Amino acid sequence: MRLELRCVGKRFGDNHALRDITLSIPDFQSLAVIGPSGGGKTTLLRILAGLTPPDAGEIVIDGRALEFSEAALLAHRRAVGTVFQAYNLFPHLSARENVLLPLVRAHGVPPREAGAIADALFERFHLARHAGQRPAELSGGQQQRVAIVRAIAIRPRFFVLDEPTSALDPEMTAEVLDLIAELRREGRDLVIATHNMGFAREVSDRCLFIADGQALEEGPSRETLAQPRHPLLAAFLARALRYSICECLDHEEHGGRGERQEP
Amino acid sequence: MEFLFAPSAGSAARAAKAVSWGLVAALAAGLFSFAFHELHYGWNWPAIWEYRQKFLQGWLATVAISGASLAGSLAIGLAAALSRRSAFLPLRYAAALYVESIRGTPLLVQILILFYVVANAFGVENRYLVGVLALSLFAGAYLSEMIRAGIDGIRDSQLESARAIGLTPAQTYRHVIFPQVARQLVPPIAGQFASIIKDSSLLSIIAVNEFTLNAQEVNAFTYSTLESYLPLALGYLLLTLPISLASRILERRFHFAA
Repeated sequence: MRLELRCVGKRFGDNHALRDITLSIPDFQSLAVIGPSGGGKTTLLRILAGLTPPDAGEIVIDGRALEFSEAALLAHRRAVGTVFQAYNLFPHLSARENVLLPLVRAHGVPPREAGAIADALFERFHLARHAGQRPAELSGGQQQRVAIVRAIAIRPRFFVLDEPTSALDPEMTAEVLDLIAELRREGRDLVIATHNMGFAREVSDRCLFIADGQALEEGPSRETLAQPRHPLLAAFLARALRYSICECLDHEEHGGRGERQEP
Repeated sequence: MEFLFAPSAGSAARAAKAVSWGLVAALAAGLFSFAFHELHYGWNWPAIWEYRQKFLQGWLATVAISGASLAGSLAIGLAAALSRRSAFLPLRYAAALYVESIRGTPLLVQILILFYVVANAFGVENRYLVGVLALSLFAGAYLSEMIRAGIDGIRDSQLESARAIGLTPAQTYRHVIFPQVARQLVPPIAGQFASIIKDSSLLSIIAVNEFTLNAQEVNAFTYSTLESYLPLALGYLLLTLPISLASRILERRFHFAA
C-alpha cells in the first residue's frame, strides 16, 4: 500500500499529539511505527483506522483521500482491520460470536456463511478449542489472537495494529507476533505500532519513527533500525535495546554500535 | 456454640445453617405468640373465611396491576435513561426533572395528583389505568437510574471496539450495550418488581380494587381487623418471597458469568 500525509495535525486541548506531519511512504506492505509512548503513534494509527478525524491535513491511502464525514468514516472503519492493545473483545460474547458480530452486522454476510468463515479461521489459527469460550476464560494472548482473527475475517484493505502485544507477558507476546508474522507472509498490508524492535525489523519493510508529534525519520526498516540518522531515533533505539540480550547481539551483527555502551 | 459462626472462607455447614434458621424461627415465633397471647383478642376466623373469594380476587388484581406496572416501568425507565444521555438538552433535562421529582416525593402524593388533578384534567376516568401509570412512573424513575448506571458501566474500550469494527451507534446499543446492561439489571429488576407489588397497595386510596382495598372492605364488613390484615401480609409475602429468592439466585449466576 501507499500512504501519504499532508500537514496532518491533531490536538487534544493544549497537547499537540501530531504536529503537521507531512510524509510520503512509497509502496510498502508492512509499516512499523515506533517511538516513545505519548509521542503520537496511537493518534496516527487512530486516524488511519478512521477512529479520530485529524484537525487539519490530508491523508491519502493508495491514491484515495480519506474523507471525514461520519458516513465515510464508518465505511472506512469497516474496511480496516483494527486491533488495539487490549480489551478488543466483547465480554458477553464467545470468541466465535465476537468474530461473527462485525461480519454479520457491519458487513451483511449471511450468518451461515459467516459461521463457516469464522470456523475455518479458528481452525487455521489453532483456536478451534476456544471458539465457544468467553474472553474472561481466555488468556491475554488468546484474546489478542481472536481479535486479530476478527480483523482477518472481514478481509480488510489493510490492518492497523496498535501495540497489540504491549499488555501481554513475553510468552503470549510470541504467539501473537507469530500470527502477525503470518499475515505478513500472506502479503497482507499492515501498519503496526510496536515497542518490539526485533519484531519491527522482522515484520516490516518500512519503519516510521514518531516522537513529540513529529515524523522524524522514515525508511526501509533494516537500514533505519541499524543505522538511524536522526539523533533522537538513535537514542530511542539505544534505550529500547539496552536490556534486550538477543536484540543487542543481533544489533552488533548488523553493524550497529555505540548506542548501548554506557559505562 | 462455635459451630454456629460462619467460617471466614467458604460456606457454613448444612447442620449449622439448619440449627441457626431454627433458632431464628423459634425466636420470632416466641416473640409473636407472646405478643398475640397478651392481646386477649377474640378471634373470628369463620367470618373471614366467608370472604375468601374476595381475598383471592384482590390478590389476582394486585398480581395483574403489578405485572402491567413492571412492563410500563421498564419502557418508561429505558426511555428516561436514553433521554438522559441524549445530546438534545431539553430532552436530557426533562428526563432529569422527571427522575428527581419522582424520587423526591412520596408515591401517595403522586397517585393523588395524577388521579385527581392530571387524569381529571384530561378526562381519564379509568382508575386502573391511572393506577398502573402512577406505579410505572414511580418505578420507572428508579429503573432509569439503574439502566443509566448500567450503560455508564460499559467500558469506553468496548464502545471504541464497536466503532472500530464498524458498528453504527444503533447497532452498538443493540448488540453491545443492551445485552450487557440487561444481564446486570436482572437482579435489581426483580427487586423492583417486589417493591411494585407492595407499593401497589397504595392504589387503594383511589379505590382501585386490589388486594389491600379488599382486605379493608372485609375489615369494614366483619369488624375483624387482624383476621383481615394477617392474610393480607401473607398474600404479599407469597408474592415477594419467591421473587426475592429468585433475584438472589440470578444475582449469583450472573455474578459468576461476568
